[in-house]
Amino acid sequence: MAFYVVQFLTGLASAASLFLVASGLSIIFGVTRIVNFAHGAFYMIGAYIAFTLTERLSGAFGFWGSIVLAALAVALIGVLVEMVLLRRIYHAPELFQLLATFGLTLMVEDLVVLVWGPDDLVGRRAPGFKGAIDFFGQNIPSYDLFLIVLGPVVLGILWLLFQRTRWGVLVRAATQDRDMVAALGVNQKWLFTSVFAVGVFLAALGGALQIPRDAVHHAMDLRIIVEVFVVVVIGGLGSIVGAFVAAVLVSELNAFGILIFPKISIILVFLVMAVVLIVRPWGLFGKPEAAARKTPGLTVNPWRPLTSNERLASLAALVIAATLPLFAGNYALTVGSEIAIFVIFAVSLHFLMSVGGLASFGHAAYFGLGAYGIAFLAKMAGLPMIVCLLLGPLLGCMGAAVFGFFAVQLSGVYFAMLTLAFAQIVWSIAFQWVSVTGGDNGILGVWPEKWAASPSHFYWLALGVAALVTIVLRVMVFSPFGYALRATRDSLLRTEAIGINAKRIQWTAFVIAGTTAGIGGALFAYLKGSVFPDNLGISLSVDALVMVLLGGVETVSGAVIGAIVYKALNIWLVSQTDLSKLVLGGFIVLIVVVFPKGIVGMLEMLAQRRRKSSPPGSPLLAKPIESAE
Amino acid sequence: MKLTVQDLNSHYGPAHILFDIGFEVGEGEVVALLGRNGAGKSTTFRSIVGLVAQRSGRIMFEGKDVSAKPTHEIVRDGLGYVPEERRIFTDLTVEENLEVGKQSKRPNAPHWTREKLFALFPNLGEMKNRPGGRMSGGEQQMLTIARTLMGNPSLVLLDEPSEGLSPKIVEQMVDAILTMKKEGVSIVVSEQNLHFARLISDRAYIIERGRICFGGTMAELDARPDIRDAHLSL
Repeated sequence: MAFYVVQFLTGLASAASLFLVASGLSIIFGVTRIVNFAHGAFYMIGAYIAFTLTERLSGAFGFWGSIVLAALAVALIGVLVEMVLLRRIYHAPELFQLLATFGLTLMVEDLVVLVWGPDDLVGRRAPGFKGAIDFFGQNIPSYDLFLIVLGPVVLGILWLLFQRTRWGVLVRAATQDRDMVAALGVNQKWLFTSVFAVGVFLAALGGALQIPRDAVHHAMDLRIIVEVFVVVVIGGLGSIVGAFVAAVLVSELNAFGILIFPKISIILVFLVMAVVLIVRPWGLFGKPEAAARKTPGLTVNPWRPLTSNERLASLAALVIAATLPLFAGNYALTVGSEIAIFVIFAVSLHFLMSVGGLASFGHAAYFGLGAYGIAFLAKMAGLPMIVCLLLGPLLGCMGAAVFGFFAVQLSGVYFAMLTLAFAQIVWSIAFQWVSVTGGDNGILGVWPEKWAASPSHFYWLALGVAALVTIVLRVMVFSPFGYALRATRDSLLRTEAIGINAKRIQWTAFVIAGTTAGIGGALFAYLKGSVFPDNLGISLSVDALVMVLLGGVETVSGAVIGAIVYKALNIWLVSQTDLSKLVLGGFIVLIVVVFPKGIVGMLEMLAQRRRKSSPPGSPLLAKPIESAE
Repeated sequence: MKLTVQDLNSHYGPAHILFDIGFEVGEGEVVALLGRNGAGKSTTFRSIVGLVAQRSGRIMFEGKDVSAKPTHEIVRDGLGYVPEERRIFTDLTVEENLEVGKQSKRPNAPHWTREKLFALFPNLGEMKNRPGGRMSGGEQQMLTIARTLMGNPSLVLLDEPSEGLSPKIVEQMVDAILTMKKEGVSIVVSEQNLHFARLISDRAYIIERGRICFGGTMAELDARPDIRDAHLSL
């Protein structure tokens, strides 16, 4: 019995930091409507700075002073980020905001390694809370008791701040109607900045308070952000009480889940999240959000199928690509195959994101599931390659069917957070369930059969499948199903009002996109000869998003161009620098701020400008319908 | 002149909404902006306070051009705005709604306190701690006016204050607007209801399809039934 009580208290202590970070995320979202992906990064910097300061400053005052000082310093960094970056993208579609803050996260991950090194850092114990208390033979660290008390205290302080101060009233008003607050003479800019500072302070405090409990390392940002997303999805984004309750719930589920499913404890949290989403899609304490911007891009251009000339040009490009083995060496062919596979991956995400308006931040899950599908079938069942290639992607299909069902219940940022959380869950299973998946060692020796083994043959296979997939998805965009899907993207309510089952359309699109990604993953497994948990990791999901964004999220063919350019660039970059995350993150931020329309979008804009400047005639008569290719 | 609007043009995306709008408001005057649904009344107000991004023209308030300023600065200069949709903060109580509108005193404008506003709108005084979302339409209309008055404006843009209210509440609204005028607040009120406008206004402009097509005193408007019938539905 005493053991369970101790386990319960450990859970409560873990909840404190989780609550601090989640409430910060919630407060920021409430006012700015930005889901700050970089929140985990601020948490991590808080821990690193606190580590450095506690090493330098001595004594009790030095320790506690360092914690607060670290949180303040990070809040200052947050203010800078808000003023320099976020102020430019408050009016951008939410996808861009998510990506920009994610880019920031990537940059921070490399920066902390540059400053503090790659090794885990073990911090000082808190003065006055070094020992443990005996509870019927079980030890409870006294620092845990401190954290258990701290959580409700912070909740109380936040409550007073929001209910009893003018600032709090203004923040609550702005949460509901920002423009009206401005129309009453309040300077939104500084309100936003101060809210961001408070949110970041909470995240950094959460990180700083972890140092006596846990080692500081450069991957703690992703671990916390996924947990925080789960917390805010359960508790309701924008609700501080919800963040507290859900933080306790999730921490307890983790604490007891380990006892029930030691290998895959995260399953329990997932089950609870699924139940909450079915019963209350906006979380226990959240409110239904009015759908804000549905379109993933900045503007909406009508789409049109390719003209016959453009079809011929595409065919010519494909034929030229097919001649690559005639003059290129094996390395170039391997790179070519990889690019073709990523075209499949990008096109599948584009279908979900640009056509369906559902920006998934965990699309790699289905890519990776396809890859694991191949590994299971080829290695364990020993099936022939053709059969494997046909059946392997079904694992991606099944994953998409299960997760997609829950994900399409939500939209916008909730959808993004949920898909990320799902992908992270799949990753954890692949990572932890060593007996089946091989864990971190992966599954090796997944090689193609003889007929596809040579680089040129495999290249043709990959190219052929990529072309086929692209054509099929494109035909689908201009089919009745595609029209219905685009209708759900542009207006969910009106779509349902004309008798379309919007959720089923979205779910179908999710499954199609997941299966297609699985095809890409299947080929990828054969190309690499192995499967690792990284094949379904976050960075791969982000790669897909960047490919679509780079090509142009508002266009039909952007994903293909984006995948080719990005993958080529990426392969070259990794060979050139150790700081690829820093460069990639900076690159993402740059696209979002400077080139939000992507490559194809920019080309279209230039073409339109040329068309506009040349034709004579009255502007009243000639109202050209602009369209995206 | 308290407020002079010249050559105001506004767009929503590709749609041109307002065409060369121009009108004036004198010190302490109540001016009605009359027009049908969709004529451009609300867009005119939103443009003046800077809530429409694409606009051009000159907006002189107390002798200074405010057209380049952001919304909150225009409002802080003493130009209050009461939106048609009321836009009460539904999660906030009456007191908290008033707190959001609070600004410092202004030498050239009456100073409003909570007590003064509760005297002007007695209903509000009885529900200080009620959340805005649990009030009737008439009570919300009173609250939205009171909230703007907390900023001590010297001029208020009142967008369709009588819309959707019962006759009894409309009477209260007339009294409140006349009290505001007596205190020295200049007012521009947009209306479809000519009878209501007549009770409170010194002068009127008629707006139709984004253009001003009449300007004059209420007596001059009454002398032109043709204009009245062509542009206003009675």
